[in-house]
Amino acid sequence: MAVNGESGRERMTTHRKPDAADHAEPELQRHFDATIARDQRVEPRDWMPDGYRRTLIRQIAQHAHSEIIGMQPEGEWITRAPSLRRKAILFAKVQDEAGHGLYLYSAAETLGADRADLTERLIEGRQKYSSIFNYPTPTFADVGVIGWFVDGAAICNQVPLCRSSYGPYARAMVRVCKEESFHQRQGYELLSTMMRGTGAQRAMVQDAVDRWWWPSLMMFGPPDGDSPNSAASMAWKIKRHSNDELRQRFVDMTVPQAEKLGVTLPDPELRWNEERGRHDFGTPDWAELTRVIRGEGPCNAQRMERRRRAHEDGAWVREAATAHAAKRRARADEGAAA
Amino acid sequence: MSDDHVYLSLAEEHDDGDARWAFGTGFEDPLHGVDPAVPAGVDRADLAARCLALGDDALVSAQRLAEWTTRAPELEEEMALANIGLDLLGQARLLYTRCGQVDGTGRGEDAYAYLRDPGGFRNVRLAELPNGDFAFSVVRLLVLASWRLAHFERLTADPDPVLAAVAAKGVKELAYHRQWAAEWVVRLGDGTDESHARTQAALDRAAPYLGELFAAYDVRADVLAVLGQVTDAAGLRLPPAPPLPGHGRDGGHTEHLAPLLDELQSLARAHPGATW
Repeated sequence: MAVNGESGRERMTTHRKPDAADHAEPELQRHFDATIARDQRVEPRDWMPDGYRRTLIRQIAQHAHSEIIGMQPEGEWITRAPSLRRKAILFAKVQDEAGHGLYLYSAAETLGADRADLTERLIEGRQKYSSIFNYPTPTFADVGVIGWFVDGAAICNQVPLCRSSYGPYARAMVRVCKEESFHQRQGYELLSTMMRGTGAQRAMVQDAVDRWWWPSLMMFGPPDGDSPNSAASMAWKIKRHSNDELRQRFVDMTVPQAEKLGVTLPDPELRWNEERGRHDFGTPDWAELTRVIRGEGPCNAQRMERRRRAHEDGAWVREAATAHAAKRRARADEGAAA
Repeated sequence: MSDDHVYLSLAEEHDDGDARWAFGTGFEDPLHGVDPAVPAGVDRADLAARCLALGDDALVSAQRLAEWTTRAPELEEEMALANIGLDLLGQARLLYTRCGQVDGTGRGEDAYAYLRDPGGFRNVRLAELPNGDFAFSVVRLLVLASWRLAHFERLTADPDPVLAAVAAKGVKELAYHRQWAAEWVVRLGDGTDESHARTQAALDRAAPYLGELFAAYDVRADVLAVLGQVTDAAGLRLPPAPPLPGHGRDGGHTEHLAPLLDELQSLARAHPGATW
């Protein structure tokens, strides 16, 4: 759900493809650079620099992990949703996130990564997911605010990725963005309904807005001056806009929506700047983002524990499926030989 | 700024009051063109009771399937379990709505789901048992989907046109549920020693609850034929077991239903009269 540069400091080894012809590399590099310069797509079979491949695998895997971990905070509410209609909406949304995870792992596999290996990296803490999912969801209003802010921020981040230079990623993003906009709309509609409801419901919405606003702004990653991977990603046209630019766009879009909804965004410095034609706003607590990335957020341990447990509890099922497939092949071979 | 239209349009007004942004609420109406009037000669109380029981089986099953969310052994299974849960939730909503139309109370779907106590629920007990491991969940699904499918096939000819239409839609869904569960039972039965043992244990655990299913609907032969075919292919057996006393259809439940409903109903009951 969230793509950003926030955890760009992690280290990972790539599935480095053997350089078939090192001497040909300058020529290949020129061809690659020209493809990027012409805004054409790089496809899986094309030659690409190692750094480009590594950056993409890291970004796509982090995005896929974010979709999968991102199922947890809202998934908590499926069994408790307060109407059957909301239950159906939420169940379908969380299922869509599993689907996004699948497309994205598939996109990473076109670069030579392996889904099982990426899952291991997540579970061992060697690859990150978006920090936003380390915040708790104590009330049902959180479901709506996640749709509005978190899916909204994800859309701001991802719509430009539909023009990313790597073909499979860009195509996955087109499909993901369509569904994300649907989810965002659903979240906003839930909040509108709650704001027309009882005083307790309205208070629940404002409380959720207060808790999610700053973490949502952090979804765009650290300030541009402190985002180590951004420059290369921009040059390679994996990324199209800077963190700060996307954050500004998100604020400018959200302010009128908050007014319409009747909630207050918790930033005393938030005001329209006539001169810039944009909103001024306060500075997120970057130390908090660093802490949450480091694993000290309110729910890091619980999110990882759930994912690890599901993976471990499912090991015997995956082994059984593999064993059955092997037995079937063996029986088919025997049948053919007989 | 051509990328912004998706986000910017969020606060725009729409003629349909935003209903179209919710899944299961207006994109496709499975009852489109079906006359909701109750035909002459149909016993309304009996029809309502049948809809309620089938709705309860579906809701309780959907709730158990929802508990699998973020806990499935693989992403593909995560998605399949959610698909099946969503289908059953959709069936429950249609059946409750029909119940409210014919039982004289005019209640909406949520009144049935959220405002009844365990003793008012009419689901079979197999549906409410805890999920257990993946083996028990797929065995239970195989049994319930085979049973419900056999019954729904008959209901497509029901004198009530609404129930017949709900059944016609449900038959396609249930055929997939049964297929998915059958494939997993075969895989697990044949796979490893551990998966075989777990799946046999799941069949042993489910067996005493089968009598209740066949007392509710006369589909024993059809269901046992399906289960026999699947267990044969899986190298497993469905043991004969004396049926447990009592019946969920009479409101007799295991100790597992009350906590399931507590969770399902907690938020709705904490805000009486609120709209969500």
